[in-house]
Amino acid sequence: MNLEVILHAGLATGTILLFASIGEILAERSGVLNLGVEGMMLLGAMAGFSVSLATGNPWLGIVAAMLAAGLLSLAHAVVTVSFQADQVVSGLSLTFLGTGLALVLGNGLTGQNAALLPNFDLAGLSALPLVGPVFFMNHSPIVYLGYLFAPLVWFYIEKTRPGMHLRAVGEKPVAADTMGVNVYALRYGYVFVGGCLAGLAGATISLSVSPGWYSAQTTSGQGWIAIGLVIFAQWNPLRAALGAFLFGALRRALLDLQGPSTLLGFTNPLFINSNFGFFLQMVPYLLTILALVIGSRAAMRKRLGAPAALGEPYIRGERGL
Amino acid sequence: MWLLPPARVVSAAKAMINLPFTLLVEKRTEEVPRWLPAATSVGSVVLAFVVSGIVLAAIGANPLQVYGFFARATFGSWAAFSDTLVKATPLILVGLACSVAFKMKLWNIGAEGQFYIGAFFASLVVLVPLLPTDSSPWLMIPAMMAMGMLGGALWGFLPGLLKARFQVNEIITTLMLNYVAVLWNNFWIFDRWSDAGFQMTPTFGRNSWLPRLSDYAREYPLFSGLTLHLGVFFGLFAAAAVWWILQRSRWGYEIRLIGDNPQAARYAGVSIARNVIWVMMLSGALAGLAGMAEISGVVHRLQERISPGYGFTGIIVAWLAKLHPLGVILVSILFGALIVASREVQPSGIAQMIQGFVLFAVISSDVLLRYKIRLVRAAPQPAGPPGEFA
Repeated sequence: MNLEVILHAGLATGTILLFASIGEILAERSGVLNLGVEGMMLLGAMAGFSVSLATGNPWLGIVAAMLAAGLLSLAHAVVTVSFQADQVVSGLSLTFLGTGLALVLGNGLTGQNAALLPNFDLAGLSALPLVGPVFFMNHSPIVYLGYLFAPLVWFYIEKTRPGMHLRAVGEKPVAADTMGVNVYALRYGYVFVGGCLAGLAGATISLSVSPGWYSAQTTSGQGWIAIGLVIFAQWNPLRAALGAFLFGALRRALLDLQGPSTLLGFTNPLFINSNFGFFLQMVPYLLTILALVIGSRAAMRKRLGAPAALGEPYIRGERGL
Repeated sequence: MWLLPPARVVSAAKAMINLPFTLLVEKRTEEVPRWLPAATSVGSVVLAFVVSGIVLAAIGANPLQVYGFFARATFGSWAAFSDTLVKATPLILVGLACSVAFKMKLWNIGAEGQFYIGAFFASLVVLVPLLPTDSSPWLMIPAMMAMGMLGGALWGFLPGLLKARFQVNEIITTLMLNYVAVLWNNFWIFDRWSDAGFQMTPTFGRNSWLPRLSDYAREYPLFSGLTLHLGVFFGLFAAAAVWWILQRSRWGYEIRLIGDNPQAARYAGVSIARNVIWVMMLSGALAGLAGMAEISGVVHRLQERISPGYGFTGIIVAWLAKLHPLGVILVSILFGALIVASREVQPSGIAQMIQGFVLFAVISSDVLLRYKIRLVRAAPQPAGPPGEFA
């Protein structure tokens, strides 16, 4: 139980959730709910790992992961934006499709060793006391990217003109269309970007955080947790980043709880009977539910939260509600 | 090119090359023909198999060989067909569970967890034991059924309550509870009920087994080796019950009304919060019964992986069946076959992949129910009505 180790590892695992949930935030802010995150992440994890295995270059793996998941997400865009199908069902089928494709195409990858992303210290910042060793030492480049990414996306959404268009399309597409914003094109675009980020998150797992291909266990529901985080974060990338890191640290802390024989002077039941670990493994899922309850209550109280047009197909020429 | 504004000629392609016809997409104003929904479902399945075949060919398998093998392994003999029906049984119940909830646009995707908790509660009857171990099967089996349904209903009640009370998104909560349910079962089978250290409970007594066809092989030699169990009748009976509830009862009317138009339901004085909880419980109870039928009819103990994802397949079953109970039975048999077949081939994700394609095809094809797409001969392009092209 070393706080520094827990926080350090928590940042690495949290980065997975960070990219996945920010990707989902972008799609949802444009009005498209994409429940296929788990499937896209798994496909990304598979594509990234297998390309890195074939080429020896983990960066090519990252690119492949983003493209694969992005292309998969376009299926969702076609079905929901153009065909106006139900976004919930389409997202669910995207998870099935992504999972199935990843398992079929990833057959034989288990047990292989691919080239992984390098970890390095951020020169200068790593010398800082306390903060340095946790935040800026021995992390993969994706983690450092995440630090910048969340504030940048927040700035983009809230303070720039394209960001305003994004919000308009998600809140009131009729108005955006009237102003000459191409609602369909933007929705396609942000669904694709969301897919790419989910793919990046997946590849971060298989090429850095817990390297390797363990079929469906690779993601083990983190895509769903990312979607839960979006609601908890009330569609704000900064809050999503905070939530992601908290969640990451928590997962890591839970893992460490099984180690020591005593906790605070008491016998550690987990040390004696490791089967109690099953209850510990439930905690992230239960906490997601708790986070949702908190997020939903806050949203009800403050009357803010979801983009107004979330889940609604836009049909040009039909009366906007 | 973003397609499908109402009554608009999609002329992008025509503008580039002068085709002798144009594609006309217009909103349906008349009733959808009765045969069309079924036709789109069948077409979706066919399309999904074709696309999956292309993927299989791309990874070096011979799709025709794979599908031929599928067909023989699932419908090739009475024994194979019986196996298919055994796999279809939980799918019927879970498919019905999803249909009921989806009818109200309540997205219960926690049937998998409700299945596991149903199995757990049914096991309590035998393993605690709640009933004397030498009870008559006439007492044992109904008790297990009731407990299975109770467990599933409880696992549906939690997200239902959160949804009704705090408007918590039920998709995520039901999904998270799936993981919790599996871990909960694991604790009991790894620890408390472990049979000599194996990750399963001891085999249940005969009095808690659902009767199988092969039990009657002495009287009817034809039945020898057939694994089909009584649970299939639970499925058929539940389908009839769900049909009656949805189509004939006042409650079903409220469910459909909320699904179609929650605003109107609210104005009509229908309590949405109450229906959310009750429907989640009904849905959970059906999935829990599926879990009970699986351990009592097939594995005869509680163990790991009693479900190869029945709860998730049930979602596709419900959608492919257009939420119709009779359709659920037919689609379940097809998907039961897919599960039987996929046990025998590698790689293991093939069935899941085909399911994904089926679901995608079927939701895409819904567009055919809302729009008419016609080829028309190219006439001299008339000027569009004003305001039609923005």
